[in-house]
Amino acid sequence: MNTPQSGTNLFTPLHAWHVQNGGKMAPFAGYDMPIQYSGIVAEHTATRTALGVFDISHMGRLRFDGPRADQLLDHLLTRRVLDMQPGQVRYSLICNEEGGMLDDVLVSCLESPSGKIYFLLVVNASNKPKIVHWLQPHLADFPDVEFHDVTESTAMIAVQGPRAVGVCERLLPPAATKLGYYRAKVTDQMSKPCIVSRTGYTGEDGFELIVRAEDAVRVWENIFLAGREHGVLPVGLGARDTLRLEAGMPLYGHELSEQIDPFTAGLAFAVNLKDRNFVGSQSLASKSSSASGASVSKLKRVGLKVEGRRAAREQSKVYNADEKEIGSVTSGTFSPTFNQPISMAYVDADAANIGNRLEVDIRGTRAPATVVELPFYKRS
Amino acid sequence: MSIQPEQLKYCDSHEWVYAPTDAGGVATVGISAFAVAELNDLVFMALPSVGQKLAAGQEFGEVESVKAVSPMYSPVSGEVIEVNSGLVDRLEQLNADPYDQGWMMKIKMSDPSELAKLMDYQTYQKMISQHG
Repeated sequence: MNTPQSGTNLFTPLHAWHVQNGGKMAPFAGYDMPIQYSGIVAEHTATRTALGVFDISHMGRLRFDGPRADQLLDHLLTRRVLDMQPGQVRYSLICNEEGGMLDDVLVSCLESPSGKIYFLLVVNASNKPKIVHWLQPHLADFPDVEFHDVTESTAMIAVQGPRAVGVCERLLPPAATKLGYYRAKVTDQMSKPCIVSRTGYTGEDGFELIVRAEDAVRVWENIFLAGREHGVLPVGLGARDTLRLEAGMPLYGHELSEQIDPFTAGLAFAVNLKDRNFVGSQSLASKSSSASGASVSKLKRVGLKVEGRRAAREQSKVYNADEKEIGSVTSGTFSPTFNQPISMAYVDADAANIGNRLEVDIRGTRAPATVVELPFYKRS
Repeated sequence: MSIQPEQLKYCDSHEWVYAPTDAGGVATVGISAFAVAELNDLVFMALPSVGQKLAAGQEFGEVESVKAVSPMYSPVSGEVIEVNSGLVDRLEQLNADPYDQGWMMKIKMSDPSELAKLMDYQTYQKMISQHG
């Protein structure tokens, strides 16, 4: 059984609610977070079939103000920022000069009610200290850009599942629930200021809300009141992981790291090289051109369906039919939707074809596995 | 057989042992209701084979939930003489009744004095209540 790690000294504004409502708490990136409430499978299924609500306040929220905020971010992100219009959200990477990934982020261009344009960067909780530190010299180059870490003064709540729109229509103004995918708006939840975006990390439709820390419990409880007859459940980090894995979404520290470049990770779509100069762009340009010819990166991120009931979890070795070790698993679980173990792995590119039969080592025992298309799960 | 949690001895890794004096040195082993609740959503279990010799503290099998894999450790030393092999296909029984239907193996103990090192019910309850 897992024993709690030390070093937990951060609490989200919803921490007391989790403890009072049966959340099994454990440390994650310095925060004491709910891993599960009713159970991972029940919470996973509620999100796939009805509605799941997640406290994701541990995610880092970094705000950039000033007329040159877009120029600063365009210099730091692999995705183009200069052409972003208010209301747009983009998935991007932050790379080091060598083209290794420092983090994967969402960048939003937002317009405040007073008409002020600003940018919000949502970064991984585990990477926030590293990113804030890494930002400092770049911020010094742009002294007119105002930077604020608003993580502690706000809360972030994900509302995900097929009932998300219906339930949020009772809570948010129509302009918010009519947002397109990867669009965001500064609005209000019953007169409490609220940033709404049509984004998520589950493979379902839904929204992510950012509210003031002092409003978090009220907004959270309003969602449960509105969702009560729709089968809403609070969902912990356990099911957040099984949901994102089924949706084929990479997780930093597992599929993504400073040792892996975006092309190997299958994230070429998040790198805009044309007519741009950003941190890591030169390394990425050489990796990109060689990737089409003689490849520098001979590994590829793939999905595996594993036979049997045992999951091939992180660090399980992957073998080809000739008994050659060709890669290793980065994330694996028992999939509640498919009632079968699934994994993501990096394997030699020449073994990465869909339908390829491989073997995974599960604590000393081999299990057959098949390369399948990512994502494992796509909503209908 | 009707095993009640109050009659059992426990390890700090949450296995229980049932070894009444009239059982002829045979110990029945399982895992506690607390462990089953902590694991949640069980998907797989591996148990030892009859004839396998185990030392106290040695891994005798594993349970896997959606979240993680947990090894199970033998509370006593001896030889496995019977395994509840049907349990691996009826993991829901472990949820419903971890003490009676949910027993896992019977061991012919080689050193019954090891039982004295295990926790009684009250001590184990105290331990898990501090666990959170």
